[in-house]
Parts: sequence; structure tokens; C-alpha cells
Amino acid sequence: MLTYLLRRILYAVPILIGVNLLTFTLFFVVNTPDDMARMQLGIKRVTPEAIEKWKQQRGYDKPLLVNSAASGAGKITDTIFWQKSASMFAFDFGYSDDGRGIGREIVTRMGPSLAIALPTFLIGLVAYVSFALLMTLFRATALDIAGVALCVLLMSISGLFYIIGGQFVVSKLWHLVPISGYGGSGYDGGMNGFKFVVLPIAIGVVSGIGSSSRWYRTIFLEEIGKDYVRTARAKGLSELAVLFRHVLKNAMIPILTGVVVVIPLLFMGSLLTESFFGIPGLGSYTIDAINAQDFSVVRAMVFLGSVLYIAGLILTDISYTMVDPRVRLS
Amino acid sequence: MSLLKVENLITQLHNGTRIVDDISFGILAGETFALLGESGCGKSMTALSLLRLLPDGVVHAGGTAQLDGAELFGLREREMCGVRGGTAAMIFQEPALSLNPVLTVGQQIAEALALHQGLRGAAAQQRCAELLAQVGIPDAARRVAEYPFQFSGGMKQRVMIAMALAGQPKLLIADEPTTALDVTIQAQVLQLLRDTQDATGMSLLLITHDLGVVAEMAHRVGVMYAGQIVEQASREQLFAKPLHPYTQQLFAALPDAARRNQPLAAIPGSVPPPGSITRGCRFAPRCGKAWALCSEQTPEWTVLEEGRGVRCHLYEEGGRGKGEGKNREADVAESVSGSTPSPFPLPPSLLQVENLQVHFPIRKGILQRVIGQVKAVDGVSLEIPQGRTLALVGESGCGKTTLGKALLQLIPPTAGSVRLAGRELTGLAARELRTRRAAMQMVFQDPYASLNPKMRVAEILEEGMAALNIGSGSAARQTLIDTLLDQVGLARGAKWRYPHEFSGGQRQRIAIARALAVSPQLLICDEPTSALDVSVQAQILNLLKSLQQELNLSYLFITHNLAVVEYLAHEVCVMYLGRIVEHGKAEEVLRAPRHPYTQALLSAVPRIDGKGRGRIRLDGDLPSPANPPPGCHFAPRCALATARCREASPEERNVAATHSVRCHHA
Amino acid sequence: MSFMPIILWSDALVFLLLASGVATVWYIRRREHLLLPWRRVAQSATAMVSLLVLSLFLLVGLLDTLHYRAALPKTNGGETVYSPEVLSVFDKLVEPLRLQTEKTYSAPFALTLYAKETMSDAQGNVLHDYPRLRYGGAHLADEAQHNGDVLKRTLLGALGGLLAGLLIALAGRRWLVQRSLPLRPMLITTLAIAALAGATACLASAYHVLGTDKVGQDVLYLALKSIRTGLIIGTVTTLVTLPLALLLGIAAGYLRGWVDDVIQYVYTVLSSIPSVLLIAAAVLMMQVTIDTHPHWFDTAASRADLRLVFLCLILGVTSWTGLCRLLRGETLKLRELEYIQAAQSFGVSSLRILTRHIMPNVMHIILIALVMDFSALVLAEAVLSYVGVGVDPSMISFGTMINAARLEMGREPMVWWALAAAFGFMLVLVLAANLFADAVRDAFDPRLNRTEGSA
Repeated sequence: MLTYLLRRILYAVPILIGVNLLTFTLFFVVNTPDDMARMQLGIKRVTPEAIEKWKQQRGYDKPLLVNSAASGAGKITDTIFWQKSASMFAFDFGYSDDGRGIGREIVTRMGPSLAIALPTFLIGLVAYVSFALLMTLFRATALDIAGVALCVLLMSISGLFYIIGGQFVVSKLWHLVPISGYGGSGYDGGMNGFKFVVLPIAIGVVSGIGSSSRWYRTIFLEEIGKDYVRTARAKGLSELAVLFRHVLKNAMIPILTGVVVVIPLLFMGSLLTESFFGIPGLGSYTIDAINAQDFSVVRAMVFLGSVLYIAGLILTDISYTMVDPRVRLS
Repeated sequence: MSLLKVENLITQLHNGTRIVDDISFGILAGETFALLGESGCGKSMTALSLLRLLPDGVVHAGGTAQLDGAELFGLREREMCGVRGGTAAMIFQEPALSLNPVLTVGQQIAEALALHQGLRGAAAQQRCAELLAQVGIPDAARRVAEYPFQFSGGMKQRVMIAMALAGQPKLLIADEPTTALDVTIQAQVLQLLRDTQDATGMSLLLITHDLGVVAEMAHRVGVMYAGQIVEQASREQLFAKPLHPYTQQLFAALPDAARRNQPLAAIPGSVPPPGSITRGCRFAPRCGKAWALCSEQTPEWTVLEEGRGVRCHLYEEGGRGKGEGKNREADVAESVSGSTPSPFPLPPSLLQVENLQVHFPIRKGILQRVIGQVKAVDGVSLEIPQGRTLALVGESGCGKTTLGKALLQLIPPTAGSVRLAGRELTGLAARELRTRRAAMQMVFQDPYASLNPKMRVAEILEEGMAALNIGSGSAARQTLIDTLLDQVGLARGAKWRYPHEFSGGQRQRIAIARALAVSPQLLICDEPTSALDVSVQAQILNLLKSLQQELNLSYLFITHNLAVVEYLAHEVCVMYLGRIVEHGKAEEVLRAPRHPYTQALLSAVPRIDGKGRGRIRLDGDLPSPANPPPGCHFAPRCALATARCREASPEERNVAATHSVRCHHA
Repeated sequence: MSFMPIILWSDALVFLLLASGVATVWYIRRREHLLLPWRRVAQSATAMVSLLVLSLFLLVGLLDTLHYRAALPKTNGGETVYSPEVLSVFDKLVEPLRLQTEKTYSAPFALTLYAKETMSDAQGNVLHDYPRLRYGGAHLADEAQHNGDVLKRTLLGALGGLLAGLLIALAGRRWLVQRSLPLRPMLITTLAIAALAGATACLASAYHVLGTDKVGQDVLYLALKSIRTGLIIGTVTTLVTLPLALLLGIAAGYLRGWVDDVIQYVYTVLSSIPSVLLIAAAVLMMQVTIDTHPHWFDTAASRADLRLVFLCLILGVTSWTGLCRLLRGETLKLRELEYIQAAQSFGVSSLRILTRHIMPNVMHIILIALVMDFSALVLAEAVLSYVGVGVDPSMISFGTMINAARLEMGREPMVWWALAAAFGFMLVLVLAANLFADAVRDAFDPRLNRTEGSA
């Protein structure tokens, strides 16, 4: 187990280097540090000196990938890529273009992101699995057909509609909860904080129900066609017992593949929900950075995202050992 | 008093196609009733109908079934749950798929105990262990907590039986319980079923396609064909004098040594799909005795004497040639007299294999270092002369398929030499190897996986010729394809069709034609008939035999079916865990086996004459080739094993001029 | 010549897709076993109805793809001068919709603007009232006739549409019956669509059926124009995804070894970056490039178009990994099959095995993935455009429509029609695509059509 983890973490290093190289190339292949400086300082009143100064302050006054002027290891290390990437692996993200510490920002914004994403994920999972089980139990009846039709309809509706429609109906027509904003970090705002997160969570759950429930239903149906289910029935188990004791446990294996990998990514928040509801989480942070073309922040978020994704993959493998006795990590 | 009485049972698809069509039979308490038939005859559907476990899309459409006084089709679903696993339990064909992989076997047995015996907690645990011990699982108390994947195939089937016994059923339905198992394991499981029946007095409904299994197990037999029971009789009656032409031809299609020098009486064609024949007798199109009436009028069930009936116009009141059923013994005797041993002078050797080894590395750790080897083929030497057949016999996992592929260089051998017509094949570069490939081809086991579904037959046959530059130009190749189709007995029009339009037997003919397309001298046949029904198997064996005579082909015939070996092979190699343990002429090895493993293997085969040759029971399973036992690999399962066997691997020794054995005791 | 045909980059790609589509159909028609699953699709009523709806969208999209520049009346020394505005055949067909713009917002079927204005009447009195629209209902002298006129036009249009629909249905009936397609549902759908289209056309000639937007453009026109953008995103992207996923997927699965390692590395790297971020980064970079090279483009349309093409490219490059992984897995399974080994034992080359044996046998996976992805891509366009990394703001698309309309959510009373139109059109398109995709999957997925009741 430990060997396995160690190996997976070692494998992650080249992938993260690749991720960094990719984002780096994407940015600098068309956008030289000079361009960046010009954009930041404003096109009009820019002087070569100001650009140089800006670059020097932020460490952009070096060659991009290979420093032919330097000697020895410096050829590689004394470059923008190395300087900017190496610190990443120590989770030192540096400063955003407006001078704030990115690491610090990430830590403070993680809370609000999680406050929305985690309940959405948990409630959603339970709701989708229950709905799918219900359809499976009544498979090939009118209820099942109606359920599938509803799922197809729900997944054909744009995610933007759920947000806009939800905001409109709940907040504007019924005046139930505030239309946007955030009551404080976590739930320490008490009822007040809760009021702000309930709508985004509800919308998040509803918008996923179509595709997820239908997917889980397919998995359940596939399991139900297997021989061991026939054995369980031949034992005299009722349909409900077969479904819950036998099918559900086996279906967890394919379900986990898709579900566990996103758990770490919950930290990243949801771009859309957060920006629509004005929640100061990592999702809205990312959107703002994209719009402001803040390379440092985007790169930090990309790096963070990949680290969390790889963590999700490892977590998925570990979760297999819990539901599938056949899997032993080695 | 019958325990089970089924009357006029009809099971059909939603569109009205009848899969089980008007079946009636009864089973007495303590009796074994066998439903015999080829695949697609509706045997399994009959069983599933009785327990009301039909798959989606298939429904019970008529008839009654009284089990222990209760009308099964009148019960409510709740009550039916009490019958399943209670009065009537069922075991299935694929033990590997029939157990829930994520629950321990204890949990799965305990479910049945809780439902039907009201046992829970420690009492249930106790009973689970007892049941596992009862079905012959060693160290039962510990293995209760293990998962199905930790059991071998035979052990899984034992677990299934233990689970079925948990509810103390009066009827056990066994659906092809040993088809997926090796012959030595099959013998163990059949023995277990008989012992259990003796101990508990339960009835057994045994579903099988294997006449040998019927001969060993059944008291009475119902022969099914295309959804109907066409003949019903006691075992003695049926085996002495089968009446229905289908049953007669099933017997005649069985390969054995007595029929060596004559073609098998294969039944032409294959079982018609359900619903395809609505008028007349369903067997008429394949029947040698059919006349005009057979294709016009559906034969009625004719009762001949107590407990014996047949569905055939031959036996109806005033039917022509009543009682034409021949005595089977006479039939066999005839053929024996017709066979003469063939004293060929030994032709030159075509394939020579010396000390061939195929090892697969086992990797582990952070750096994936190689920590061991799976010795799938561990030093095999053999020779095949021109125009002769060498059978390679062994149970699954012994490495015989790997050996076949290594000969073709599909898997690179680790060491050793393979010489074809005197020229070395191992270690050749791909380009050089290609020029030699024409001489040696393979026919695979699964006719459904061995043809690309997206290619026409002509394209399939042409591929090899194109790759090996055989036949100049496409016109020449088309002529060659026509010849090939003639040779394997397919219509020339077949070349414009796709594989899915053909039955299993026809596909295997196409596969043989594909191999022949490049005019090979040696064909490696990897279980070419194990996926086919008996009647179709006979067709393919006949074809292979006539091709050998016509083209002077050599065969390496990989199989686990000893009857086929007896019929076809000139020489036999018996393989166990990567090594050849016995090698000799077919008569020598099969009539006078010297290695204890060969002896056990031969004695495990169920014989239709019911005469086992003093059963040698083989305990346990084939050990893992990753971790073979030291010394003689067979020692842990061998009754003769001594300390010497467990220490030193025996060398090959000649016991006759052409007969060699690897055993310290031979 | 009074016009100059223009082939934008996206047009060329659409034509390429169309040509390969026609070629594929021609190829499949001659092969019975390839035709078989399509026959199953054709038996499904939902599939055929959705296909009917989809083909209507497709027709609009295609008409909107034939671009040209009209000649201006004035000439430059004998040489014809063309308008810098790039129009499409579709624009020409619905010219009134395009040109009859109001001053600003107006509700569907409205006679007046949405907001009050100060104006003076004929007597010179200064009024503060809703001004009449320039075009919408301008033919009505009296506002009291409004409802009656709308009703009359609806009925007349629907009737005309029904008649036309009947003619089409009668013409197509024979063809449908010959191929034993689901007759009744298709006829009903044809008639319903025809009636709806007739009524809309009749109404649209006099009113703004779906209202107007901030600058007074007809919302119906915008929604119809958005169709092409959605279709292009949904289809052209696959043009990028497909070869990448197919080649790399089966190569990795079949060749194994270092090829597999490299391909796996590449797709793990790509898929470990959150896709929105990757797309955003790429789009931003493209934006910068386009902004710094204005001289590459002679018209605004060609600039917006290139951005659209690049968006497809970027979506394709970021989304091939899933399909690639799927194909690699399937190839790993296939390469162990006996017919592959049979080919190997003939010494057939790897390239030939890949193209003759593996590729045809993974085609169903590709097809299923393509039809399933289409709707996801149409939906993604709206989200990306909202985030600001979608199509050019000047390009009409569902995303830009929603983005513009969203800002007016807070107004009292609400401006709801633009949003409703965008979401409504998108829903119909995506729903039809999803239903069709379902039918295709059912027909092609070997796991889903197990043979019934084999004993």
C-alpha cells in the first residue's frame, strides 16, 4: 500500500511538470513578458524603462526556457520557467499582478467554495443514487420511462438556465433568500450564512440530476443483468433485498470511478455558481483572474487543479480497495 | 408420488416466439431427472420458468407446475420467495459469475440461512462452516470469511452447492453444473452431488448437454430439441435403445476410438432458432429418416410404455417402420469390426520442438522489478511427423494454449528451439519470419471471436494470401477462395456474406478455410470444437480428418476432450503445469496410461457405457504456475507420491519405444 | 456580378463535414451489416422525430453558411465594390427581420417600445408615453385591432403551413412506407412543424414575434442566427477530436510499450488541468494574438469567424482525452481477440491490422461518443461565452444572447423574452440531439442489445 502510494506520487511529478510546461507555453508563445508589462501598465504611458522595471520586480527579466548566458545548471535554472515552476512544487504561488499573496488568497477563499461545493456534492450523490435506484426498481414500467424522459429533459436544459431561473423564481418572485452574496466564511453567520448558500446548493443539485441519475441507472441495469443477481433471486431474496444488498454494492465500483475523482476538486469551487451568486470562493477568483489576464493566478489555479486531480485519481484507487475485495494495491 | 409435476409448460418471448413449447415431465422424490439437449433447445429456460426467474422479455405463457403440492404459477411473489432456495434451490453453469464478488461466501450463505432457516448471528456462522465442510471445502471455518475470488472454479461450484443446501431443498436444479469445469474437477462435483443426494434424499433436475454426465447421474432422461421434449425414458432404456432419430444421431455423433477409421455420423445443419419452424416436426430438416409427413404434420407425444414416450411419427399408431430403433450395442459392434489399425511407416518429422520455454515476468515494487517468473511452458519437447496428428491434452491453465501460440511465434519463447521442416523459427526477424508463416497456421477455439465481424468471408480468406503474397492477382485469388470454400463444405456464394450470417459450425469452417488459404503443412487446432454442440463437433472433426487425408496435413490438436483425442490423434502428449508428463502413441497413452495424472484424467471422463474403469479420484486443484510445487509438480495431488517426488523433478523415461513418462514410479 | 461569394474558414469546414457525411452515407448504404444498426435507429419513433427537428435546425444552419458580400451601387472606376458586410443566404431570406430594427427593447407582439419616452404629438403637446414601434404592428391604425389581427394572422399562417405540410407529407409518404419508417409520428411532427412555421412566418411579417433586444434587433432573428454557431461548435469540434482520439487511442492500445506510455502521459497531463481553465488560457492567448494582428482580417465577420474556428480547435484539443482513453481500453480488449491473432499469424502488418481490424470494430464507440458530445458542446458554448472565453462578442450565439439579456434581469418589469428565446431554442436543439443520440446508442452499443432469451 505504502509502496503503491509512493509510486503514484512519483508518477505525479512528471505530469505536474508537463502541466506547468503546457500553461507556460500557452501564455508565452504569443504573449512575451514585454506584452504583459505593457498590458499591465497601460498601453499609453509606457516607457521601455517602466517595462524593464515591471519585469524585474516580478522576475520576468530572464530568458524563458534556456538561459544560454548562464553556465552549468544555471542554463536551466536561471530562467522564468524554472523560477516560476520550482516554487510551485513547494506550494509557494507567489503574488498576483495586483500584488496580493496568491497562497493566502487561496486559503481564505477555500472556505466559501467548500461551503457550496461539499453540500452540493453530498446531497447530489444521495439524491441521484436514490432516484436511479427507484427507476431501477420499477424498470420497464411507466414510472421508469417517465423518469428517464425527465432525466433527458433536465440534462437538455442549459446550466445557465438553472441559475438564472432559480435566482429569478426563488429570490425575486418569492423573496425567500437573498439573490446573491455571502454571509461570512463557513456557517458562522448562523441562519444568515445558511440563507446565502441554500439557493446555490439547491441549484447545483438540480442541474446535475438529469445526467447523473441516468448514468447511475445504466450502471444498475447492467449489474442487474449479471449472473450473481440471478443467484441471489434463486436464493429467495426479495427484489428490494437484491437491489440494496447485492446490486448497490457492486455498482459502487463503477460509480466510484466517476465520483471520487472530483472530491478533491471540490476545493476549486464552481466557476459559474460562484460568479453568479457573488460568492468569494476560488471559482470566482479564477474567473476574475481570467478576465484580468492575470497569469500568475491562472497558473497557480491550473497547478492546484492538477494536483487535486491527481490526488483524486489516487483517492479513487484507494476507494476501490474498500468496496472491491479483489483489488489490492501493489 | 411426484415431487415435481410439470404439465404443458409454455414459455415465450414478448413477440410470441415459443422458447419452451408444451413440456410435461415429473420427478419423483430422491430421483435424478436429466434434461438433455444441445444449446438453444430451451433447457435452461425450462428451469428458470419453474423458479419464475425468467429474464426480462421472456414470460410464462401457459401450463402448470406442482412442486411438493404447491402450484408454482399460482403463488404470489412473496410466497414464491419462500420456494426459491427453500423447497427448490438452483445452481448455475458459471460458478465464477454466479457468486457476488464483493460479499464473502459466508455472507452469501448466511442470507439463505436467514431466509429459510431463520438462523442468524453465531448460529448462522456455525452452520455456514458446517455446510462448507459438507461440500468438501477444507479448512471451512476459516474460509467462511473469504471472498469468491479466493476460491478456484471447482471450489466456487462447491460454495454454490453449499448455498443451495442451506435451505434444505427437496429439489435441486443444476443447470450445466460442470460444463465450465475441468474433467477432474467435474468428477469431484458430480460425486459430491450424488453423495449429497444420498444423504438428504433430495431430487435433482440436472440440465446438461453431455451424454456421459447423463449416464453417470440420471435415473430418467428427457431429451429436448428446439423447445420440446422429443423423448423421455429411463436411463437404461435410453442408453440401450434410443428411439427418436435425434437421440440416435446424438449417440452416433460422439467420437471415440471405435470409430477411428470412419467418418462420424454427424447431424447436418444446426438447431433451428426458436419460432423458425411452425409446421411439421422440428427435427425433420436434419433427420435422416424424415418423409413427407414429417414436414407437414407436427408429431404428437406417443406413450410407448410406462415412463417412456417419444415425439416422432415413426412411433405413432400406424406410423411407418414402428420400432425401427436399433440396438445401440449392435451399432457400436458394427463399427468396431470395421476398424483396422493402420500400419503406416513413420513419415519424416515436420515440426521439432526442443526444450521450449515461455516465461512471463512477475513485477513488483516501486520500480517494478522482476521478482519471479510464471513458467507457463517449462521445457517442452515434441515432434510431429508429416501427415499425422499429435494431441496435446491437459486441463485449463496447464499452458497448452500458450505453447501453441509460442510455436507460431505469436508469443516470443523465452528459450528453446522450434524447427519447422528443419528450419529454426525462434529469434527470426519479423521479415524473415513472415516468409515462413505460410507453413504453419492456427484454428482458434471460439468461432465467434476468431472472425472479424466487419469483413466479408472473401476478405477474411484473402487477407492471409495478400500478406504472404500467395496467388498472383485478385482473379487467381478468387478462384482459390472458391476452391477453399468447396474444400470446407460451404457454398461459393458464402464469400460475399458476413460472419454474423453463419452458425458456429459454419464459422469454424470459415476459420479452417482461412488457415488453409496459405497452404500450410501444419495446423495448430486450439480446442476447435469445444464451443460447438456434439452434432456440429462431429461435422468439424470429419472435415479435419478428410482434409488431413486429402492434403497430407499435420495437426497439433490442443484439447481437453479425451474422446476427441481417441478418435483423431495418432500420438498424445499429456501436459501438466507447463511440462509434458506422458507422451506416446494414442493407443499406448489412452489404453495403458503410466503416469498417475493421465490415469486420473482418463478415469474422470464420464463414459456413456456407464463403465468407469475403477475411479481414481483426484483431490484439489491445479496449482498456480506462478508458484508450482517443488519436485514433481503433480506430487501434492498424487496418491503414489513419496518424499522423493516432493524433492526431485522426475526425468523423462522411456517405458516403450514410443512411450515416455515423467514419473518416479512409472 | 451583384455579389461575391465568400467562404469563411468555418464555412469551409462545414462543407468538408458535409462532404464526408455524404461520403459516409454512400459507403454505408452499400454495406448491409453497417446499415443494420441504422435500420434499428430508423424504426424508433423518437429518433426519427428528433431527426426531423434536427434537420430543420440543420437547414437553417446550412443556409446561414452560404456567405456572400453584396455589390455596392457605386463603382470604383468600373471595378465593382463590395460591401464590407458579409451576409448569408439565410440573411437574404429573412431580410425584413434583419433590417426592421426598432430603437430598443420591445416585448413580443408589442406595438410600442418597452420604455416610456418623451415625445410630442401632432398637436405639439409633449407627452410621456410608450412610443409606437417603427415596424412592429405598424400597419394597424387602431391599437384595438391588435388582438384580432394577431389571431387572424396566426390562424391564416397555421392554415397555410398545414397545407404546405400536407403536400410535403403526401409526397414523402410513399418513401416512408417503402422503408417502413414510423409513419404516423413523423407525419404529425411534419404537420406540427409546418403549422408552427407558417404561423410564425405570417406573424413575423408584421410583428416582432419574440420581441426586440437592447438595440432593437428582432430576437427571433437572433435566435435563428444562433443556430449556426451552436451547430458549428457541436460539429466542427469533432473534426478535431476525432482524428486525435482515434489515432492516438488505437495506437496506444495496440502498440503498447513506449508509444502507450507517451500517449498516456499526454492525455493525463491534459485531463489533469481543469478543462475550463485550459480552455480559458488558450482562448485568452488566441484573443491576444487576434488583437495584435488586426491586419489579418478584411472584415469583422472573418475575424469573428476565425475566433469561432479556433474555439472549436481549442475545445477539440482539450476534449479528445476522454474518447481516447475509451478507445485505448477497447483496443486493449480487441487485440487479444482471436481474429487479430489470426491476422498476426499471417504476418499482417500492424498498420493493416489497425485499419482493417481494429478501426472498423471501434467505430460504434466513436459514433456514440460523437452524438453524445454534440449536445454537451452546444451547452458548453453558452457557458464559455458567459465566462468571457467563448465566441466573439460580435457573433450572434446563444451564449452572447444570454449574456446580454442577463444584465437586464433586474429591470422592472423584467425583460424576459431574449432569455426565454435563447433557452427555448437551445432546449429544443439539445433535447432533439439527446433523444437522437439515445436511439443511436441503443442501436449501436453491443452491450445494450443482448440477444433475447437464448437458452
